[in-house]
Amino acid sequence: MKNLIHFFKSFLLLELLKGMTVTGRYFFARHITVQYPEEKTPQSFRFRGLHAQRRYPNGEERCIACKLCEAVCPALAIKIEVAEREDGTRRTTQYDIDLTKCIFCGFCEESCPVDAIVETRVYEYHGENRGDLYYTKPMLLAMGDKHEAQIAKDRAADAKYR
Amino acid sequence: MINIEIDGKQIQTENGATIIEAAHQAGITIPHFCYHKKLSIAANCRMCLVQVEKAPKPLPACATPVAEGMKVFTHSEQAVTAQKGVMEFLLVNHPLDCPICDQGGECMLQDLSVGYGGGHSRYHEEKRTVLGKDLGPLVAAEEMSRCINCTRCVRFAQEIAGQMELGQAFRGEHAEIMSFVSGTVNSELSGNMIDLCPVGALTSKPFRYKARSWELSRRRSVSAHDSLGSGLAVQTKNNRVLRVLPIENEDINECWLSDKDRFAYEGLNTSERLTSPMIKKDGTWQEVEWQAALEFAANGLRHIANGAGAEQIGALATANSTLEELYLLQKLMRGIGSQNVDFRLRQSDFSADTKQQGAPWLGMSIADIGKADRFLIVGSFLRKDHPLLAARIRKAVKKGAQANIVHSVDDDLLMKVAGKAIVAPDALVETLMQISKALTAEKQGQSASGEAAAIAKSLASGKSVAVLLGNFAQQHPQAAQLQALVQQIAALSNGKFGFLGEAANSVGGYLAQATPGAKGLNASAMLSSPRKAYVLLNVEAELDCANPQQAMAALQAADLVIAMSAYKHHATEYADVLLPIAPFTETSGTFVSSEGRVQSFKGAVKPLGEARPAWKVLRVLGNLLKVEGFDQDTSEAVRDEALKGVDVTARLNNAIGGVEAKAVAATKGLQRVSDVPIYATDAVVRRSAPLQATTDAAIPQAWLHSDELKKLGVQAGAAVKVSQGQGSVRLFAAADDKLPGGVVRVAAGHAATAALGAMFGTITVERA
Repeated sequence: MKNLIHFFKSFLLLELLKGMTVTGRYFFARHITVQYPEEKTPQSFRFRGLHAQRRYPNGEERCIACKLCEAVCPALAIKIEVAEREDGTRRTTQYDIDLTKCIFCGFCEESCPVDAIVETRVYEYHGENRGDLYYTKPMLLAMGDKHEAQIAKDRAADAKYR
Repeated sequence: MINIEIDGKQIQTENGATIIEAAHQAGITIPHFCYHKKLSIAANCRMCLVQVEKAPKPLPACATPVAEGMKVFTHSEQAVTAQKGVMEFLLVNHPLDCPICDQGGECMLQDLSVGYGGGHSRYHEEKRTVLGKDLGPLVAAEEMSRCINCTRCVRFAQEIAGQMELGQAFRGEHAEIMSFVSGTVNSELSGNMIDLCPVGALTSKPFRYKARSWELSRRRSVSAHDSLGSGLAVQTKNNRVLRVLPIENEDINECWLSDKDRFAYEGLNTSERLTSPMIKKDGTWQEVEWQAALEFAANGLRHIANGAGAEQIGALATANSTLEELYLLQKLMRGIGSQNVDFRLRQSDFSADTKQQGAPWLGMSIADIGKADRFLIVGSFLRKDHPLLAARIRKAVKKGAQANIVHSVDDDLLMKVAGKAIVAPDALVETLMQISKALTAEKQGQSASGEAAAIAKSLASGKSVAVLLGNFAQQHPQAAQLQALVQQIAALSNGKFGFLGEAANSVGGYLAQATPGAKGLNASAMLSSPRKAYVLLNVEAELDCANPQQAMAALQAADLVIAMSAYKHHATEYADVLLPIAPFTETSGTFVSSEGRVQSFKGAVKPLGEARPAWKVLRVLGNLLKVEGFDQDTSEAVRDEALKGVDVTARLNNAIGGVEAKAVAATKGLQRVSDVPIYATDAVVRRSAPLQATTDAAIPQAWLHSDELKKLGVQAGAAVKVSQGQGSVRLFAAADDKLPGGVVRVAAGHAATAALGAMFGTITVERA
């Protein structure tokens, strides 16, 4: 009996037809391949891409050098030096993120009490030389300045879940 | 003893203890802010509310004495509700600026709010603002809004430091901590308020924003700045000392630290540090390799020893050098045939050397000082020279002990003084003779009147008498006589006597045998009859020696001066080779405190630049000079060799014999009385910027009794010319009517007075 079923199955090319059905279904289905870089996938507002440092609307940098991000960073990618600025406020003199160490866990953003360090939606960046991916404070602030509108929108969208 | 129950645990505790004390004994923590074991009970923070059976309301554990059969619940619903309520109120006005607060990470309020604070605030009104205060260069009080009004700082100043420099003004919501009439906090113990403050209201000014507490590594060390031997927790980051905190030890520093020990570290990394060996070639200083510098030094010493003779070489060290350094220095000197080695640079009378049986020490343990009920303190700037011992004596006096003073100045000790005799330096011996005589008379039932008799009476009525000789007495030209007299007085009053000790290793120097043998020259003789070569260890001659004029003259005339120092300083004027050595945080070593406690420590950070631990430098010098026994690998090996077969406790002996006390005729003219200001005692302290900005480090003035000023025709505040020997300095005259007549108080150890001569003796003051 078993042999009989096997004979008919192979004789009628049932497996082949089954496979061809799948192929046929996908042939007519909506295509999901994204033609990067012409096309891009949609991003969550929680996307964790390249870091940026934000400023307040009056232009004052947000970071107060509390070092919580440095302490929480599991990859030890952040390095901060602090000093008292002339006006008596606590500010960083150095704020570096080594992106080659960073694992993009988002803990730094999570720990920041003033929403200064954020991870933006930017993921298209590269370095050509050793050290290009060592981001310093001016680079991070420039990122923040460039993407502030998007960053602020994303934080606002996420705010109600916090 | 009574039995109580806390959280179901049966506890036996002393009658009269409070619930919080009993709980801490049993290892149960009760949250608290204002309670501190060393301070009085204030019970104003209410954080320690606990439930007590049969009490209708929760009770503050810090202010409730235990009673037989009491049942306490620290974590019951009622207790926790009360504690959470208190925490909510404390946080109502707290700015919650933990991210920028220096206390963040080591804050009691932060820690306890994790357990008792709410997740969100129900308070949406405006928070109160308290303006920051300027409390001086050491304590930062910029963010007083953080204050939770526990008043620990106020109680500390009043009870331990002895002077109420802070207070709580206004009421209710407006209550704030402030100093009196915007004054600064000038106590020499003020740094402890930083430790006491449970929040970030009082923080360390030099440490402000330097690091977060979790970044620092702790290293154990021992204080190098006074003879107490306080335990230090040296906190470092990136090979730099960033903060110093006390290590608690009930027998030494309790939980306190003097400002000198706490803030001296700021002097460690100044631009004045000597970071590479230097040789003077044709009148100019050149940086060279260690090998070249050491060979230069060794060749120079060999040349002098072979030519003029080894006895033409003298070695001077300061008493805050480690035991290992002092031991190797004397071993090196004896190895090349010279007995001239000494570490007692400010001492002027060495006649006790042959008559004394052992190393002079405190004569009792530090803990015993707190237990004595009668004190006679002879010649000591107690508060400035021994801040924490002064606090201990202050505590004893508060409990009913009597302190008596014999001295040449009458500084406020911030404690009740039972009897005092303030006399000119040349009358000190006579005064002690009178006290001794009065004591004998007192014993025979006769009583006399007068200062001396009052002191004698006080001493005779005591059960446990402590007679202490201060730095001033030790530096006095009749130090041996003072010692003999004090021995007599202690014997007559069945008490103990001892030396308070000038520096961290004043006892250790004797144990390391860094004193001249019978044939050697002592510190004073080495400079008064100049040698051809000197080896200096840590010495800044113009500041560290009893007679800076003489010292500078001798060093400048010498053919060879080898200066081992952590700093570039005036040694460039007289030295031929400068060897950079590591200060106490950068080397391992041992200090023997005044009570004879041998405490070794390791280096907290690596030596700066090319600096090396002095014991290593001395060892290599020993090798180059081919002296036997310079092959130790570690400082522990040096220490063990130095103390091998030395029974430290047996070596400590103050007994002196064969000294006859003789009153001297009163000197004509003015006599100098000199203290070494608290922040001028050693090289590190002298370079600590925050300490140098305090009022205690002000430029010395010429203090005279106003009668003396009148005689000179000088107004207080006017400039005067103070001269001694060939040198003179211009100082401002100041009036101190507590000084005896015939004396001028001019500080030593300070650059402004370094041109003067001996710390004691005649001095002239004239209108400038």
